[in-house]
Amino acid sequence: MWPRRRILTALAAGAALPAAAQFRIEISGVGATQVPVVVAAFRDEEGAGVSMAAIVRSDLQRSGLFRPSESPLKLDERSDVVLADWRARGADALVAGSVARLADGRFDVRFKLWDVVKSEQLLGQANVVLAGDLRLAAHRIADEVHQKLTGERGVNATRIAYVLRTGRRFTLHITDADGEGGQVALASPEPIISPAWSPDGTELAYVSFETQKAVVWVQNLLTGERRMLANFRGSNSAPAWSPDGRELAMTLSRDGPSQLYVMPRSGGTARRLTNSHAIDTEPVYSPDGGTIYFVSDRGGGPQIYRVPAAGGNADRVSFSGAYNISPAISPDGKLLAYITRNGGNAFKLMTQEVDGGTTQALTDTVDDESPSFAPNGRLLVYATRQQGRDVLMTTTLDGKIKTRLLTSGADMREPAWGPFVR
Amino acid sequence: MNRTRTPLLSSLALAALLAACSSTDLSQTAAPVETRQPVATTPSTTNRPANPATASATPQSRVATVDLAAQNAAAAAKAASMLPRIVYFDFDSFVIKDEFKPTLDGFAKVLTASKTKRLTVEGHTDERGGREYNLALGQKRAEAVAKSLELLGAADQQVEAVSFGKERPADAGHDESAWAKNRRAELKEK
Repeated sequence: MWPRRRILTALAAGAALPAAAQFRIEISGVGATQVPVVVAAFRDEEGAGVSMAAIVRSDLQRSGLFRPSESPLKLDERSDVVLADWRARGADALVAGSVARLADGRFDVRFKLWDVVKSEQLLGQANVVLAGDLRLAAHRIADEVHQKLTGERGVNATRIAYVLRTGRRFTLHITDADGEGGQVALASPEPIISPAWSPDGTELAYVSFETQKAVVWVQNLLTGERRMLANFRGSNSAPAWSPDGRELAMTLSRDGPSQLYVMPRSGGTARRLTNSHAIDTEPVYSPDGGTIYFVSDRGGGPQIYRVPAAGGNADRVSFSGAYNISPAISPDGKLLAYITRNGGNAFKLMTQEVDGGTTQALTDTVDDESPSFAPNGRLLVYATRQQGRDVLMTTTLDGKIKTRLLTSGADMREPAWGPFVR
Repeated sequence: MNRTRTPLLSSLALAALLAACSSTDLSQTAAPVETRQPVATTPSTTNRPANPATASATPQSRVATVDLAAQNAAAAAKAASMLPRIVYFDFDSFVIKDEFKPTLDGFAKVLTASKTKRLTVEGHTDERGGREYNLALGQKRAEAVAKSLELLGAADQQVEAVSFGKERPADAGHDESAWAKNRRAELKEK
């Protein structure tokens, strides 16, 4: 799976990469081994207005698996590369490409990937894209390189939803997985929480307080069209899509205590799923759709349980600590990520295998919330507090490579990692 | 015969005297029954003894209704408007402490006095803990207040319990004094 490569010394902590506007990406922590990859500036990328090569380099670096660098030479996909020279320069792989504007205003994006060590071309692709999708084209190239060199799917072309609060204004943002290219899906004077991606990536369910109570809405990202899904008496919250996209589990208080219900995606009758006299909330489906994991305080404090999606008895999954919430399940269904509260006020991101086993702490921060798995199962995004501000972080599952999406002056929370679709 | 007429005459006189002192007893007298016309309030009526200054003056026949029930509702609302509308809670607790019973009594009076009055109870938590779990905790606090109001006589449909969890703090601080102000249920008329 892995090509032969050099073993490098540790990356210095805090290496900042150039990025636009208000976001800075910082990487801290040590990766075990990283593939040195040279990504040359794409021919004519300045004319296109998008730094394709910089995006590819930044994507590769953020995975923690590569050590990308620039090319001292001007190259594109047509170049006659002398791979021996690149081997001498310490590269294991080389990427070069071009961006050509077509007569109709679209762009022809081309690239090639060479394995320097094996002296062979691995990939060559050409794609025509709209100007508005140039960033996406760069992310897709990074994903192709990532997959070819590691055997695993990259998540660079995926998107992340999160909520930003600036004073009394709340905005639901959709950005690329690198935090760039952000667009606002919803702006509101009242809180927005719990965004949840539909499995096909076209819709977001979320909870909005715009009517002075918690109501579940579903919104189409492309058109902005939105509908109320659940507005029963009391609070309606914690929407979670079934993997087949047909229904959503959620928390309703309409019959008294907060309990789990399931509703068709088009709305209608809510089928009650749990029947405890306690709080049951934060449902999340297993990837095969057969099980729903959730939080319940039926035993005293909140713990993570699971119940068959068709109904039945619940059994407990978390046993370590007195307060465990916010479950997320990995795409292979085997790993549980969640937040534990320990000693006093520390809220920490943990992982544990779903069928029991030891728990692992992933962070050294004490205000972690809302973990969400990347669709390749290799990364988690979560919210935490650093220096008095809310920030979004990604981490590898061993906790060793972390990146931070920083903002200047706004609080970020509730991240949700979108599916593979693009 | 002379002897019987005198007592009869004096009896009649006595009866007439008595009749004059008591309320009208139409069965005893032969006085003609007067039919009075109802007094009109339009300016065209001229033969009215007391002459009102304007056309919209209060008619003489009007009797003002004193409705003690409505008066109670207004007084109760006024009293409630001067009561604190917020019930505070201890950490991790849904128990309504005794010091807030007067607030609940006051609002219950408003609701029982007027069955059309509706109230929202908004539950809140401090900032510690997860958003969704805290939304449910806030809901529990709101439900506790709503239940108390129902036990005090409010109808189920008059009160809706909702929650803001930790999303709408009253105090944005990060210490116990701020947290204590945020653990609350607010009563709001709809």
